[in-house]
Amino acid sequence: MPTDSLLSAIVLTPGLVGLLLLATPRQAVRLQRWGGLLASLATLAFAAVAWSRFDPANAGFQFVEFHRWLPSVGIAYRLGLDGISLVLVLLAALLQPIVFISSWRSIHENVKGYVASMLILETGVLGAFLATDMFLFYVFWELMLVPMYFIIGVWGGERRIYAAVKFVLFTLAGSLLMLVAIIYLSFVFHAQTGTWSFAYEDMLKASVPMGHGFWHSPQMLLFAAFALAFAIKVPVFPLHTWLPDAHTEAPTGGSIILAGVLLKLGTYGLLRFNRPLFPEAWQRATPLFLTLAVIGIVYGALVAWAQKDMKKLVAYSSVTHMGFIVLGLFAGTLASTQGALLQMVNHGLSTGALFLLVGVVYDRRHTRLIEDFGGLAAVMPLYTGAFMLATLSSIGLPGLNGFVGEFLILGGAFPRHPVIVAVAATGIVLGAVYMLSLVRRVFWNPLTIEENRSLADLTWREALAFAPLAFFMVWIGVHPGTFLSLSEAAVRRLIGG
Amino acid sequence: MKDLLWLIPLLPLLGAAVNGLVGNRRGWSKHATSGVALTASGLALLAALGAIADWAATVGTHAAHVDRVFTWIPAGFGHTTGGLLANLSVDFSLRIDALSAVMLFFVTFVGFLIHIYSVGYMHGEEERPYARYFAYLNLFMFAMLTLVLGANLAVLFVGWEGVGLCSYLLIGFYFEKDWCAAAGKKAFLVNRIGDFGFILAIFWTVKVFGTVDFGALEGAIAADPARFAAAATPIALLLFVGAVGKSAQLPLYVWLPDAMAGPTPVSALIHAATMVTAGVYMVVRTNFIFRLSPTAMLVVAAVGGVTAFFAATIGLAQNDIKKVLAYSTVSQLGYMFLATGAGAFAGGIFHVFTHAFFKACLFLGAGSVIHACSGEQDMRKMGGLAKKIPVTYWTFLVATLALSGIPPFAGFFSKDEILGRVFAAGAGNLNGFGVSYLVLWVLGVAGAFLTAFYMFRAVYMTFHGEFRGGHEAEHHLHESPPSMIWPLRILAGGSVVVGLLGVGKAITFGSDLNWFEGFLHHVAPNVEVEHAPALGTEWALIVLSVAVAGAGIALARRFYFGPQAFAAPRRIAERVPSLYAAVANKYYVDEAYDRTVVRPLGKLAHFSWKGIDAIAIDGTLNASAFFTEIAGDLLRFLQTGNVRNYALFVLGGALAAAAWLLL
Repeated sequence: MPTDSLLSAIVLTPGLVGLLLLATPRQAVRLQRWGGLLASLATLAFAAVAWSRFDPANAGFQFVEFHRWLPSVGIAYRLGLDGISLVLVLLAALLQPIVFISSWRSIHENVKGYVASMLILETGVLGAFLATDMFLFYVFWELMLVPMYFIIGVWGGERRIYAAVKFVLFTLAGSLLMLVAIIYLSFVFHAQTGTWSFAYEDMLKASVPMGHGFWHSPQMLLFAAFALAFAIKVPVFPLHTWLPDAHTEAPTGGSIILAGVLLKLGTYGLLRFNRPLFPEAWQRATPLFLTLAVIGIVYGALVAWAQKDMKKLVAYSSVTHMGFIVLGLFAGTLASTQGALLQMVNHGLSTGALFLLVGVVYDRRHTRLIEDFGGLAAVMPLYTGAFMLATLSSIGLPGLNGFVGEFLILGGAFPRHPVIVAVAATGIVLGAVYMLSLVRRVFWNPLTIEENRSLADLTWREALAFAPLAFFMVWIGVHPGTFLSLSEAAVRRLIGG
Repeated sequence: MKDLLWLIPLLPLLGAAVNGLVGNRRGWSKHATSGVALTASGLALLAALGAIADWAATVGTHAAHVDRVFTWIPAGFGHTTGGLLANLSVDFSLRIDALSAVMLFFVTFVGFLIHIYSVGYMHGEEERPYARYFAYLNLFMFAMLTLVLGANLAVLFVGWEGVGLCSYLLIGFYFEKDWCAAAGKKAFLVNRIGDFGFILAIFWTVKVFGTVDFGALEGAIAADPARFAAAATPIALLLFVGAVGKSAQLPLYVWLPDAMAGPTPVSALIHAATMVTAGVYMVVRTNFIFRLSPTAMLVVAAVGGVTAFFAATIGLAQNDIKKVLAYSTVSQLGYMFLATGAGAFAGGIFHVFTHAFFKACLFLGAGSVIHACSGEQDMRKMGGLAKKIPVTYWTFLVATLALSGIPPFAGFFSKDEILGRVFAAGAGNLNGFGVSYLVLWVLGVAGAFLTAFYMFRAVYMTFHGEFRGGHEAEHHLHESPPSMIWPLRILAGGSVVVGLLGVGKAITFGSDLNWFEGFLHHVAPNVEVEHAPALGTEWALIVLSVAVAGAGIALARRFYFGPQAFAAPRRIAERVPSLYAAVANKYYVDEAYDRTVVRPLGKLAHFSWKGIDAIAIDGTLNASAFFTEIAGDLLRFLQTGNVRNYALFVLGGALAAAAWLLL
C-alpha cells in the first residue's frame, strides 16, 4: 500500500462516508449503522498501517502531504504525522468503532444524522491531530464543533439544548481569539521573512517578540490566545463548568468521544503549539498553569465525590485526570511530558470505558442516579468485573495503564516541583475515594431495589465494545514501552531535550 | 530454577485468571476451582523452594541474584539533580537474596496451607462465589510474591498496591452485607493514604539517586554514605508512611480490625501472616536508607512501640474472637517496627516469620471455632469448647503460648530478641536516644503482659467453663474437617519449632547459634551498640519477660476461669465505667476520624460543587450573559437604521479622536 495519501485516507474516510450516508433514505438504518462501523474500522485500519510504517527514530513529520490551497496567503493543505500525533490518532481511531458498537441499539431515532455527525466529527478530530498548517488546523478545530453540537443537542438528555449551547459558547469564545492569534503569527512570520505562510514548521521559525509585561508582550498575548482556547477544551480549572453539563446531557457515544478524544485536543494543542511557538511565555505561564492544574486535580476529585449522578461523577473525574496531564506538560521534563502524552491515551481508555459502562445501566434503567442502584454485583457479575477494571485503571493501580502515566508525570515533575507534586499526589488518594465510593454504592451493599433484580448482564455486543479498551489498559500497564517509544523522539525534539 | 523467578508469581496469576474468567461459567464445579487454585499455589510453593535451593547452592546465601525480566517503564527521567544515572528506566526485575528467601518461603508455605484450609472452610459457598474467592486468593499470592521478589521500589510497589487490591476484594467478599462493603473500602482508602507517602518516597529516591533498584541504591550509599545522609531522613520517613498504612500502625491502624469482615482464612493469610507484614519487610528491605537516619529510626521505633502497647490495651476488652486477634496483630506488628527502629532488622523479620506461623494458626483456629459455632464470633456465647473440638483447642493453645512468649515456643525467641535489642539500644544510648529507647522498652514489656492476658482471656472464654451459646448451637458443635485440621496441626507444629532458628546468644550463654540472624546478616545487618549488655543482664531480661507473660496468664486465669469467672472484670467495669467504655469502644478513634477528617472533607466537597461550581463560576458566567443581553438591548437603540444618525456618530467619534490626539 502506497503511503503518499495515507494521512488523507485517515482523515477523510469517515467524513466522506458520513456525507454519503446523509444521502441514504431515512429508513435505511441497517445500512447507516453498518456504514458507520465499517468506515470507522477502515479508518482504524489505515491508522494501523501508519503505525506499522512509522519510523520511531524520526522525530519529524512523516507521510507528509501537501496540496496548494490559497497560495497567495500561504495557506495549504498540509498533513503530517509524528509520534505525538500518532498515539492520539490511534486512540481516536480506536474509540470510534467502539462508539458505534455501543450505541448500536441505544440510538434509534434519526440514526442517519447520528452516524453522519459522528463520522464528520471524527474527520475533524483526526484532521486537527494531523494538520501541519495552522489555518487547516483551525478549520478542523471548528469543524468538530458543529457535529458535537448536534450530538448533544439532538440525541441528548432533558437539558440538552442548554448544555449544547454552553458547550458551543465556551469553545467559540476561546477559538475566535486563537484565529486572531494564528493570523497575527503569520504576519509576524511575513514581517521577518517576507513570505506568507501558515505552515506549522515555518511558524516555529518565527520568533515572536517577548516585549515586557503582559499587554505589551506580543508573545504573551499570542500565548494567552492559544492557551485560552486549549484551556477551555482541556478543561483547566475554572473553565471546566461546561464539561459536566455537556457530559450529563450527551448520549453515551458523545461522552466517550468528548472525554476520550476532544479534551485531548486541548492538551495536544498546548503541547504542539504553545510550548514550541512561545517558549518564553510558556516559561512565564508555568507557575500559573501548574497551580491551576493541582487545583483542578484536588477540586475535581472533591466535586466528583459529591456527585449523585454516575455520569457527572465520571465527568468531574475528567477534570482531575486532565489536571495531571496539564501538570505533566508544564513540568516540562521528558518524563513528565511523555507521561502526559501517555496519560491522554490512558484517560481516553479508562474514562471512555467508564462512560460506556455507565451507558449500559442507563440503557436498562433510564436512570444514572447512584441511589437507584446498589448490589449490582449479585446480578451482573461480568459487568461488575468490567467496571472494576475500568475503575482500577482510572485510579492508577500499578499493572494497568493509569499508573504508568501518573508515575511518569509525577516522577518527572518531582525534581523541579516537589511541592506541586506532593499536593497533586493527594489526588491519587482522592481518586480512590470517589471511585471506590461509587463502586460500593452501585455494585456492593444489599440489593434493595426490586427493579435491579432482573437486570441483564453485559450483552455480547457491550462486551465486544469494552474488550479492546480492557486489552489496551493491560497492555499499556504492563508494557508501556510500545507506545512511549513511538513518541519519544518527537517529544524530545518538541521540548528541546 | 533461580532464573525462573518470574514463574513463582506467574503460577498463581494463571490460577487466578482461570478461575476468574471461567469460574463464572455454568458447569465449572467447585472441585475444578479448588483443583486449579491449589495446583497453582502448590506449584508456586515448589517453584519457590526450588529457587531458594538453587540460589543457595549456586550463588550462595551471602549474595543476591537478580533476574531482569523485561523493561517496564522506559523513560528518560534524565533530570536528576546530580543523579548517578543520566537516564532511568524501570525494569521489571526480581531479586532473591536472604531476605526475600525468608519471605518467599513462609508466604508460599503458609499460603498453600491456607488454600487447603479454605477448601473446607468455604465449602458451603455456591460455585460462583467459590470460584471468585479462590481467584482472589490466587491473585493475592501473585501480588504478594511480586512484592517480596521485586528488585526495585517500583516493582515492590506493584505488589504493594496489588495486595491492597486483593485485600479490598476479599474483605468485601460478602459484598451484599454493607459492613463488609464499607470495611473493604476503608481498607483500601487508608492504605492509599500510606501509599501517598510511599510514592513520594519513590520520586524522592529517583531524584536523589537516579535509580530505584535496591542493589544500586545500596551500592551508592555504601560508596558515599555522607552524601546521602541529608536526603535519607525524608525518604525514610515517607517510606515509613507507606509502611504505617500497610502494616496498620498508629495512626492508620483503623482499617485492620474492620478487615475482619472478610472470610477467616483471608484474615489469617492477608491480615495476619503476610500482607500486613509487608511494611516491616519494606523497612528492612530499605534498611540501608533507614540506618543513615537516626531520626527516622527513632520514629519507626516509637510508632511501633506505642502501637504495640496501645493496640494491646484495646485487645483487653474485645469480645469478638477475631477482633481480639486483629488488635493482637496490630500490636505484634508494632513489636516488629520497634525492633527495626532499634536497629534489629533481623530481629524484626524473625518476629515476622514466627508470627506468620502462630498467628495464622490462631486465626485458622478461630475460623474452626466459628465454623463449629455456626458462625458465632462472640466469645461471650462460647465456652467449654475444649472437649468438643479438641484439635482446634490444642493447636490454638500452642499458638497462644507462642504469642504470649512462653519458652520454648516460637514467639518466645523472637519477642525476647526484640525486647533484648531495644533494651540494648537504650542502655547503649543508640544514636544518643538512649532514654527514648528505654521508655519504649518499658512499653514493650508492659505490652507483653497485656498480650499474655488478653490471649489467655480468649482461651478461657472460648474453650473453658460452660458453653453459653444455647442448646441449639451446642447441638451443632463439631470438629472441623481434615482439610481444616491438618493446616492447624502443621502451623501449630511450626509455632513450636521455628523459634529454634533464631535462638538468642544469651540463651546459649554466648555461643552464636542464631542461624536466622546470620542468614540475614548480609542483607540487613543489625545496628550494633558499642556497649552490649552483660550476659547477666540479658538473662535477667529473659526471666523478666517470661515472668511478665506468666503474670498475664495468671491474671487471666483468675478473671476468666473457674467458678468466679467474669466476676472480677465485671466489678472493674462497674467501678470505672468511663475507662471501660473507652477501651471497649476502641477509644472512639474511628468516631474522631469521622468527625475531624471524613465529614469536613465531605462538606468541602459539597461546598466546592454547590458553592464554587454552581454559584461562583457558573453564576458569574450567567451574570455576564445576562449583562450581554442587556447591553445588546441598549445598543439596539443606537442601531436606528437612520443614516444621518450614523453620520452624527461618525462625526462625534472623529471629533473625540482628534481631541484625544491633540490634547
